[in-house]
Amino acid sequence: MLKRVHFKPSVLPYLLVAPQIIVTLVFFIWPASQALYQSFLLEDAFGLSTQFVWFDNFIELFEDPLYWGTFSKTIFFSFSVAFLSMAIALCLAVMADRVVKGSGVYRTLLIWPYAVAPVVAGALFFFIFNPTLGILPYLLKFLGYNWNHKLNGNEAMALVIFAAAWKQIAYNFLFFLAGLQSIPKSLIEAAAIDGAGPGRRFWTIIFPLLSPTTFFLLVINVVYAFFETFGVIDALTQGGPANSTQILVYKVYSDGFVGLDLGGSAAQSVILMAIVIGLTFVQFRFVEKKVEY
Amino acid sequence: MASVTLDNIRKTYPNGYQAIHGVDVDIREGEFLVLVGPSGCGKSTLLRMIAGLEGVTEGTIRIGEREVNKLEPSQRDIAMVFQNYALYPHMSVYANMAYGLKIQGLPKDEIDQRVNAAAEILELTEEQLTRKPRQLSGGQRQRVAMGRAIVREPSVFLFDEPLSNLDAKLRVQMRLEIKRLQERLGITSIYVTHDQVEAMTLGHRLMVLNGGVVEQLGTPIELYERPASLFVAEFIGSPSMNLIPTKLGADGKTIRIADGIELSLANGGLADQAGEEVVFGVRPEHLELASGDEASLPLTATLVEHLGADTLIHGHFGDDRADLTVRLSGTHLVAAGDVLPIRITADHMHLFNPNTEKRLAL
Repeated sequence: MLKRVHFKPSVLPYLLVAPQIIVTLVFFIWPASQALYQSFLLEDAFGLSTQFVWFDNFIELFEDPLYWGTFSKTIFFSFSVAFLSMAIALCLAVMADRVVKGSGVYRTLLIWPYAVAPVVAGALFFFIFNPTLGILPYLLKFLGYNWNHKLNGNEAMALVIFAAAWKQIAYNFLFFLAGLQSIPKSLIEAAAIDGAGPGRRFWTIIFPLLSPTTFFLLVINVVYAFFETFGVIDALTQGGPANSTQILVYKVYSDGFVGLDLGGSAAQSVILMAIVIGLTFVQFRFVEKKVEY
Repeated sequence: MASVTLDNIRKTYPNGYQAIHGVDVDIREGEFLVLVGPSGCGKSTLLRMIAGLEGVTEGTIRIGEREVNKLEPSQRDIAMVFQNYALYPHMSVYANMAYGLKIQGLPKDEIDQRVNAAAEILELTEEQLTRKPRQLSGGQRQRVAMGRAIVREPSVFLFDEPLSNLDAKLRVQMRLEIKRLQERLGITSIYVTHDQVEAMTLGHRLMVLNGGVVEQLGTPIELYERPASLFVAEFIGSPSMNLIPTKLGADGKTIRIADGIELSLANGGLADQAGEEVVFGVRPEHLELASGDEASLPLTATLVEHLGADTLIHGHFGDDRADLTVRLSGTHLVAAGDVLPIRITADHMHLFNPNTEKRLAL
């Protein structure tokens, strides 16, 4: 065992960790506890009277078919975003891994979208897909397709999925590329000598060996789609049309700040908090241990 | 089984670096050829070219009658054992060995039969076949890697330094196993190593490479007894050959190896190169203790190493400062500062041209 080093008691270490602790307390612990407290309260829209109602807010939520609709929509949205962005990122990473000349430039360019803020990404897609002035609906019209995500809920959902997935491709790409580069080249060569073609090598050797990376990214992407896509949705559809792109985080916002149902909104955020805690647990428990192959 | 023919093989990388400068060799059916040389000499590159993992810049490679320059590795009917074994970590040992056969589309019971036969040859137990490679020891992994090569029943085995990741004891054991296996299966094998002991013990013939050039091609004994160049002379044999830069005598029949010490050369020496500069070489084990009143050279010992079976004595002749190593069999109680009578038999002397570094025939 290592011997502990003893320093004279001093305030310096406390001073050094203080900023981190203060930030955590003010911006995480305090709002979280406020939300927890709020979720037990029933407040009128004008904030004139408040009543402690225990779990009524939660019971109401769970009995609300709209809430469950939002729940399944969120799950569909999250997994679509995760699948789409991971699939595209994996394709790009496999190709980037083969590039010999100018690979640095190519990789740098592929990483750039990650630096774009969610709202800006939303704005980009807002213009590209805008039914009246966007370039894509214009082109689709030539193919005989009338794109209007302001009226069509499925198109709106597709749009937010594209936008949210696009944002995440760069991040996934980085991890997949690192994963690919950590696979010993001799394994691929051995498979080539064993007679496996490129496709077979990918599915029987490379893809299984990437599974730790894939699992890690799956968790990260689901968390991202669950909680960090607010900006994208707010810029593109504001949850519409007819709530068709309203995912859980967006519902927290619209119920709380638009609908002014503070108690219900707080209860929703408490549920989201529980989901985050669950996903974090999954990640630490399984990802840290690595998916064993 | 097949022969392998390399005809004027050259390799130049896109950056202009020339790794292989024209290699010619006919590897007979069932022969065990060892490519040996220091790291960076091009031996692995040459092997990878035969495997089809590296392109050939110039020349032709034939396996059997077939020219394989443009064929994919899988079409060349070869199997390769890699230095790091390159076992598929996510598959069981059985699946590792069966992988290539499955791709060939063999029926399940034939795969089963071939894998079990290979496992038996390599003494892998049924239980070990179900394990993952990481649950095996280094030697066992090495066996699995060889098993994966055997089951394919290829015409040619390629080994890329397969023993260099093993500890010394296991290396000796696996070396014997590889030799036995090759003799038993009789499959043409090409083996890359930087270890001269491995090279000497395994190969029917050795090809010594240096800087992409073939220094010598021959049987282990040929290389040991008649090294074609200074490089081979130093590379083969341990401890390496004593080399003394010097001059031939005025008549070409003698050579001066230290102040006042001259030796007469075998077969009348080299009369036509009298007075020329040469490098004189003699192996440590060919410097022997002279007995009684035999003509001898006085070697002043400076350092003695006792290996048990042998004694290595480092020293110099007379007042000369050139360091020599003498290998005497058995234990000799010699101390630093002692002067030993040493004799050199004429047929164990080697002479090299210091400019071309080639052997001078006596």
